[in-house]
Amino acid sequence: MLKNTETHYGLLSMLLHWVTALCVVGLFALGLWMSGLEHQDAWYNRAPDLHKSIGLSLLLLTLVRIIWLRISPKPQPLPASRGEHIFVAAIHGLLYLLLFGVMFSGYMIATGEGHGIAVFGWFEVPALPWQIEHQADIAGEVHEILAFVLMGLMLLHAAAALKHHFVLKDNTLRRMLGLKLN
Amino acid sequence: MALVSPHLSAADYVIDTTGAHAFIQFKIKHLGYSWLLGRFDKFSGSFSYDETNPAAAKVSVKIDPASIDSNHAERDKHLRSKGFLDVDQYPEAAFVSTSFSDQGNGKALLKGNLTLHGVTKEITIDVNHIGAGDDPWGGYRSGFEGHTQLTLKDFGIQSDLGPASQTVELYLSIEGIRQ
Repeated sequence: MLKNTETHYGLLSMLLHWVTALCVVGLFALGLWMSGLEHQDAWYNRAPDLHKSIGLSLLLLTLVRIIWLRISPKPQPLPASRGEHIFVAAIHGLLYLLLFGVMFSGYMIATGEGHGIAVFGWFEVPALPWQIEHQADIAGEVHEILAFVLMGLMLLHAAAALKHHFVLKDNTLRRMLGLKLN
Repeated sequence: MALVSPHLSAADYVIDTTGAHAFIQFKIKHLGYSWLLGRFDKFSGSFSYDETNPAAAKVSVKIDPASIDSNHAERDKHLRSKGFLDVDQYPEAAFVSTSFSDQGNGKALLKGNLTLHGVTKEITIDVNHIGAGDDPWGGYRSGFEGHTQLTLKDFGIQSDLGPASQTVELYLSIEGIRQ
């Protein structure tokens, strides 16, 4: 149940996948909204604190996810051409890469002058021991661009899943939702 | 003395930014409850000052507005951005003096044009001559402090930080090494 099998995703993999999806979409919306907030707004401090706390928690979760992927390998890919498998593997790899890129660049904004980041007020993630000049500005540009690319790729990923489910009527989405396989 | 004075009148100083004996600090009220302090880390300049003829004093300083530092990465990013200093558009700030009027007791009023955020405006700086003399390394140094106040909107800075934060105070501490 918890672990993946040859044909099914286990509970933990599904949970990690869907929590990530929820976090990424939520963080994207929160990030867009909070960057336009006025100094007087009640959420001016709270929204970035929340954004950073969720983002760093997601980073931790993603590390767990990578480890879990090693311990409990993915189910066998569904039948498709070799080219399609390579393409899909590349997209999935890119999704992980972008995920790390967005989270790391976000971390580099807030730690741009050597101060750590408080996570929900529970603990602090320290800054790297060195900073570059105008790090927050540069990391900010990178963070924004990568976030948009990630959202674009996630849309493609979701559209592909929906196509598999509704048009090709295969098990791609069913096994990530824990539904009975056809 | 007559032999010494020509030497004194050629009193040109370079501001000792290399040794960081010069500071451009600012403070602005946060919500009206406290002061927020910061500084510009990069600037350079020179002045000429002759104690026997202070009215001839001149100052010229160039400031890199992108070097603003309030010890908070995201705030400094914000201060460099469009709503504030817009440093991509206006990468240089400068002060060039126009007059220096001695008020006695080392006090003086320094007038000059400050260019900030692409806007040039005359400002007046209250100056206090702290001291001058030989340094232990074979040079001669002279130092001043200055106070002035700027209204952000006067320099076209549109971001509004609330009614208590319309003006920013500048504190300048400048040490020059005579050339």
